[in-house]
Amino acid sequence: MTYIRPQFRHPNLPANELGFTRKDYEGALSTLCAGCGHDSVSAAIIEACFELAIEPHRVAKVSGIGCSSKTPTYFLGNSHGFNSVHGRMPSVATGANLANREMIYVGVSGDGDTASIGLGQFAHVTRRNLNMVYIVENNGCYGLTKGQDSATADVGSASKKGEPNPYEAIDLCSLALQLGATYVGRSFSGDKAQLVPLIKGALAHSGFAFIDVISPCVTFNDTPQSTKSYDFVREHREATGKLDFVPMRKEITADYEPGYTQEVTLHDGSVIHLYKTGQGSVRDRDGALSAIREHKRAGRILTGLLYVDPDSQEFHRTLGTVKTALRNLDVAELCPGNKILDNINNSFR
Amino acid sequence: MKAIQGVNDFVIRFANVNGTGSASANNMFAKAIFRMGVAVSPKNIFPSNIQGLPTWYEVRVSDQGYTGRRGGVDAVVCMNPQSMAKDIRELESGGYCIYDNTKPLDLRLMRDDVQFIGIPLTEICRTQYTQARQRQLFKNVIYVGALAALLDIEFGVLKDLVGEQFKGKEKLIAPNVHALELGYQYAVEHFRCPLGIRVARRDLVGDRILMEGNTALALGAIYGGATVAGWYPITPSTSVIEEFEKYCNRLRIDPGSGLKKFAIAQAEDELAAIGLAIGACWNGARAFTATSGPGLSLMSEFLGLAYFAEVPVVLFDIQRAGPSTGMPTRTQQSDVLSAAYASHGDTKQVVLFPASPRECFEMAAQSFDLADRLQTPVIVLSDLDLGMNDNLSEPLAWDDSRAYDRGKVLDAQQLENLQERFGRYLDVDGDGICYRTYPGTHPSKGSFFTRGTSRDEYAIYTEDGDAYRRNMERLLVKWETAKTLVPAAAFHPAGRDTTQGVLFFGTSTASTLEALDLLAEEGIHLDGLRVRAFPFGQEVLEFIAAHDQVFVVEQNRDGQLRKLLIAECDIEPGRLRAVNCFDGMPITARFIRDAIRSGIGGQVVPLRRQTRGGK
Repeated sequence: MTYIRPQFRHPNLPANELGFTRKDYEGALSTLCAGCGHDSVSAAIIEACFELAIEPHRVAKVSGIGCSSKTPTYFLGNSHGFNSVHGRMPSVATGANLANREMIYVGVSGDGDTASIGLGQFAHVTRRNLNMVYIVENNGCYGLTKGQDSATADVGSASKKGEPNPYEAIDLCSLALQLGATYVGRSFSGDKAQLVPLIKGALAHSGFAFIDVISPCVTFNDTPQSTKSYDFVREHREATGKLDFVPMRKEITADYEPGYTQEVTLHDGSVIHLYKTGQGSVRDRDGALSAIREHKRAGRILTGLLYVDPDSQEFHRTLGTVKTALRNLDVAELCPGNKILDNINNSFR
Repeated sequence: MKAIQGVNDFVIRFANVNGTGSASANNMFAKAIFRMGVAVSPKNIFPSNIQGLPTWYEVRVSDQGYTGRRGGVDAVVCMNPQSMAKDIRELESGGYCIYDNTKPLDLRLMRDDVQFIGIPLTEICRTQYTQARQRQLFKNVIYVGALAALLDIEFGVLKDLVGEQFKGKEKLIAPNVHALELGYQYAVEHFRCPLGIRVARRDLVGDRILMEGNTALALGAIYGGATVAGWYPITPSTSVIEEFEKYCNRLRIDPGSGLKKFAIAQAEDELAAIGLAIGACWNGARAFTATSGPGLSLMSEFLGLAYFAEVPVVLFDIQRAGPSTGMPTRTQQSDVLSAAYASHGDTKQVVLFPASPRECFEMAAQSFDLADRLQTPVIVLSDLDLGMNDNLSEPLAWDDSRAYDRGKVLDAQQLENLQERFGRYLDVDGDGICYRTYPGTHPSKGSFFTRGTSRDEYAIYTEDGDAYRRNMERLLVKWETAKTLVPAAAFHPAGRDTTQGVLFFGTSTASTLEALDLLAEEGIHLDGLRVRAFPFGQEVLEFIAAHDQVFVVEQNRDGQLRKLLIAECDIEPGRLRAVNCFDGMPITARFIRDAIRSGIGGQVVPLRRQTRGGK
């Protein structure tokens, strides 16, 4: 198959406050299956970055291996990207972030990449509270190898192969909460209205922001017996409540609806307004875990912003590194020189 | 009985129990001899255990300046009943056995060709000290005091060392000096001092230092501009990171803010450790990891990615005895092949072989330049012997005018001026090395997608076989460039014409050079070549071509360097004779001498012909 995407764009494409149009945030043409949920997630990332007026080259995209990990090619074409090895994106992201704390790190992974081969790295990047956005495009199956069940497939769920999955599912949001993630959300690739503000909040958050996006696999896992199919997710999801993201530079005159029940001010001054249906606080980690569990018991999928701790200490602060990017330090700042080396030599005589 | 005689020419072994505080006393003994201007080479032979198992400390003293292991033991300090029988059995004839005679020696251990020197250490400690821990610790100091008398070590030097050791804890100085005196007095009163073997002050060490290779690697990383380290604890590499952190905390703190100009992340495993280093290097920092054999195996996948995606990264592999967990606290040079060909697919990795702390420092710093210049992993292959033992070395030196070579990196201005389309994997200069950009350099130019999958010259994913082949062939062009940049082999001429040569590397160096001297005394002359890097330079090929027979000395079972030479340089296998030591102990000069002597005596039959003849 060959695709040729028209280069033409409407001459009056709206620009954001930096003068970039959506086109500046697009990437190469997707080679995923038509209707793949992942393309909607890419679109949501583009939308979030456009609306937040992030300079595209200030973002670094990192991923592992799998269908989802291919997607960083399909958004933010002016950003550097690193498609690393299977399940190892978190360590590459950690190193990249340590080298330059001034950029924004967006990791995209899949349920195989995160919940199976990369479970260890996922656990530890979460513990470090690395300042990054970590999105899992969760479809409950291995697409590239033709549809095997993944570790997030629910018990009894069956993909195109027809065999119900006998193994307990790993709930990545619960795991992230237990391991200390400081921004945890779940969404659905088919719900742009929820996903875009959730990504914006994650981008603005200082610390580890995790979003589990249920993103159906149209080819292998969109069956009537699957709990990760478009129909199933549409029918069974239940949002914690609507959320609005108000960037720091926007005055309160922005077009948010009144009547929010909770407000969270993020590290950079941005504000998240939550119109929650339930009573629990979005800053209650245990409450979030219980809510996920209770919904699951009732056969529902809880979506929305589940937890946020806007005052957490991200990895650089824990380590106590300098404010400038380490990669920008030059020989004068890094090399102690020969005189000091003489002193060191003396201490070994 | 003829007792061994010699001034500044002996091997003494301390047989201790792990966890009894013997290490610092034994170090003090070695350092005292070093301070007396005599070449000394201590080797710590320790168990993979915290407390209770046998541990040895072997000190070679040499007036001629030899620092390799010699082979044989002339004197032993028997402090471990568990190993005592073996320790006495292994003494050279005419040797000396210093032991604790609080309880009488088992008569079955007696040898009539060994001089037994009994000192009632336990008894002395019982009368002098009340606490159990003191009794145990001071026993070590007392035998050092006794050795000062028995071997003629200047007492003042020992006193100075005690003062330095307990700087800041001055209360401990007097009791330690007292313990030294107890041993010294006992020896003087009960034995004819000194013994046949003894130490005499010289001025032979000059400005040299006594340093562990891991410390030197850590300092090399600091001087070389490394800012990020990802690691996972593993013996014998752990102290590389510990020392890096220690010196960074002294040398890399921003004076204004007190913040760190470095970042060290202890990862969840070795996979993450190198992933972290690669991520940092990709993003423009200088980063490294340190590990040992098992870690190298785990890091292989990432090394393949860095080779193929052309991301610089530095790895210090402090080798230990494999395979698998092997002997984790014993030395070997057995990661040569797994380093050189790390990862699946067609890969070749740049490997450096340091032989001294000075070279650890230089190669560590150089490895960052090489990695940046070649945009590929550089593996510095040290080992436990070099890394964790105090090695006598030329002092570390740094040229203050030296700048870092960050390689071919385009900045924003260069991207702005670029007339053609930027091609990350386009070989513009014909040396196989392409231009890279750091993430975040320019708003609209120079971005690309780094990946482990095949791609074209513009970093666009492709499964086109021609594009893949072009890329793989370009990597070979880069490999040729690497040959001109890595440290050249060091030539040690025999001083006269010879058809025999010997190749060696790393910690086999000191013992090999000593063996060459020993052989020369017997009239056997060989040229020596110390290999310092892979890929091998032209000088290695020429050396092999210039000799009928070349011995390859290495500390592994399979002759890994020899195999690498045969594979990479297309050499007739029969021309390379393996001299392999792999018992986990540092190779000795006597072993090498004997192997080469018998090798030269034997007829050289190429392996291929042997096989054919057998059919």
